[in-house]
Amino acid sequence: MLSLISPLMRIVEIPMLALQRLLGMNKLAWVFLAPNLVLFGLFAFLPVILNFSYATTGGDNVLLADRPDVGLRNFVQLTDCTNHFDPNSCREDKFWRAVWNTTWFVTLQVGFMVGFSLLTALILNRDIRARGFFRAVFFFPVLLSPVVVALIWKWILQREGVLNAFLDWTGAGGINWLVDAGWAFAWSVFISVWAHMGFYTLILLAGLQAIPRDVYEAAIMDRASPWRSLTRITLPLLAPTMLVVLVLALIKGVQTFDEVYAFTGGGPGTATTFIIQYIYERGFAGAPRLFGLAAAASLLVALVLILLTLVQLWLNRRNVDG
Amino acid sequence: MTRSKFAASTALATGLIVLAGAASAQEIRFMCYSDGNECEVYDDVLTRFEAENDGVDVIVDVVPYQAILENLPVQLAAGTGPDLAKVTDLGGLNEYYLDLTPYVDATAWEEAFGGTLDWYRGGPDDAGIYGMHSQLTITGAFVNATLFEQAGVEMPGEDATWEDWAEASRAVAEATDTPFPMAIDRSGHRVAGPAISYGAALFGEDGTPTLSDDGFAAFVAQFVAWNEDGTMARDVWAGQGGATYQDAAQEFINGELVFYYSGSWQVGRMDEQVGDFFDWQVVGSPCGPAGACSGMPGGAGIVGFEQTDHPEIVAAVIDFLAQPEIYAEVTSRTRNLPAHLGVGDMVEYQDVSDPAAAALTAFAADLPDVAPAAFAYQGYAGNRAMFGITVERVSQAIVGELSVEDAVGRMADDLAAAMAETQ
Repeated sequence: MLSLISPLMRIVEIPMLALQRLLGMNKLAWVFLAPNLVLFGLFAFLPVILNFSYATTGGDNVLLADRPDVGLRNFVQLTDCTNHFDPNSCREDKFWRAVWNTTWFVTLQVGFMVGFSLLTALILNRDIRARGFFRAVFFFPVLLSPVVVALIWKWILQREGVLNAFLDWTGAGGINWLVDAGWAFAWSVFISVWAHMGFYTLILLAGLQAIPRDVYEAAIMDRASPWRSLTRITLPLLAPTMLVVLVLALIKGVQTFDEVYAFTGGGPGTATTFIIQYIYERGFAGAPRLFGLAAAASLLVALVLILLTLVQLWLNRRNVDG
Repeated sequence: MTRSKFAASTALATGLIVLAGAASAQEIRFMCYSDGNECEVYDDVLTRFEAENDGVDVIVDVVPYQAILENLPVQLAAGTGPDLAKVTDLGGLNEYYLDLTPYVDATAWEEAFGGTLDWYRGGPDDAGIYGMHSQLTITGAFVNATLFEQAGVEMPGEDATWEDWAEASRAVAEATDTPFPMAIDRSGHRVAGPAISYGAALFGEDGTPTLSDDGFAAFVAQFVAWNEDGTMARDVWAGQGGATYQDAAQEFINGELVFYYSGSWQVGRMDEQVGDFFDWQVVGSPCGPAGACSGMPGGAGIVGFEQTDHPEIVAAVIDFLAQPEIYAEVTSRTRNLPAHLGVGDMVEYQDVSDPAAAALTAFAADLPDVAPAAFAYQGYAGNRAMFGITVERVSQAIVGELSVEDAVGRMADDLAAAMAETQ
């Protein structure tokens, strides 16, 4: 093999040496970085620049050249409210409904997600029977496509779904789960937790298994109760992993779209319309296609996600330093 | 010649023939969606076009309706659209259409398609020929006659109003323990006819579109009230978000719905899926307080796109489909109403049951009742924006996020904003 590669390397070596002589050692690094930079620029930087450009233009044309410059008008339109807590007082009321829906959703979903994931991880970390089976059971929904998750639950919860059939059979009577705003929202949170919990459980399980056993042995020797072991050993030592889970769940929560869109379509009304759906509908599904407004909204979401990431970095650093 | 040289030469020759064939074949891509079996029938009749036009390959790409609404406009704007497509946003995509006038007999087309040609045009000053209206549709109501019979309730007569039908449907639903008395598809197009019957003008005197006149507001108020009191199937409008389309055909087919307001394109589906499960019939569009008994015309048409590399062939394909005998055959096989004025006697619906034949006749008979405002609305290029606004805001009123007054006010604001963006 080497005998085959060596002549090839020599062929490459000649122009590379010439290039090194021409550019110098330091600048040669840029030559090696160039392919990656081009790809990164094309697929990461360019879309960001385009997003900024679209956010400052109006009209419904796709091509930037055909779009009139409107400055910050799209941002003003999105944020123009008498009272930001009351979407009805906002010019772009659907944006603020989506913002508040997303805020509530993220708060509930992340809270339940982290709580249940921790509980599940703690149980699965114990020496229980069929532990492998239960780990697989909790992880299985993560493998499902979001649309499949949505359709499964839609079939369960629709008016003539499995759950109502069961309730009818028990004599309790069915509920039109997906037509009632409160129920539709609650089920959206539940399904999201059900679908993603396995992933976070797995991370926490890895964190739990990284805690040295001798710490627990020392606690047993000191006659520490299980509760004390949990609160004084497990949770403090699991804190860095919990932080990762929390921030990942937050970011994913803000980005929620596909599952809920396939599940409720954002309804009833706008009860389960989240910010990404708002962006999608403004930019692609509605008429006229308001790419400018959608781009401005997506930049505001990006700002929130950047803030969340900065908080994560800060907390991480504090953990490392502290 | 050795065996290997022979094999190599044969492979080379075959490759060259294939390449030459590929180079000479003119591939035309037709983006098509079906309400029933339309794309299947087009694919079949277009094989005859291919046989008559050596080297032309028309590929029918069957896509969901949502792709026509959402993906096609983006593809066209990006210059990556198909050569031709079956569309329903007739005037809205006008800027991308191929003008067929230089390639077809314009006089014959004007005679054949009359007023529907206007629906594809960019405005009153535009005289181009852009699309062949392939299926004329009209909205109207289907009723479950068996449920009326079981309930012993007499079906309202010919000039019955929406209120008459609501009362009768409620009585039938109550007597037969049917879950839903009435339903209207979740679509801005579908509620436009009833709204006109309630007095909606849809356009001001200066031609400016409006969704907030007294007639429109009166219908919205009534529709929301019917959703609140259970007259209308709340699932249809409240069970979705955004402007997503939702029909209630399955509820009707399952015998869970007494009165279903949809349109003529559902006849094939009803015919196939209801079978002899129950008796159904079409009763057209009820009348409103304003005196009109209007449905909404509509339908789909086949258009070519300016960005095609083969405008002559695209025009030839559409012209082929517009030939009376081909048009009549497609209409017959797809069980649609014809928009071609010259094929009335040639359409013979195949494998159609008596109720379906009666339904198609009833829909056709309802066409004269369609109000001028309904034709104007169908021909208005910005109607899709208006349909979307209607669905979103009326849904919000139904679920209680907005009062009827606020919903109507928001519709006016949304429409003004949409018009400002597209001007």
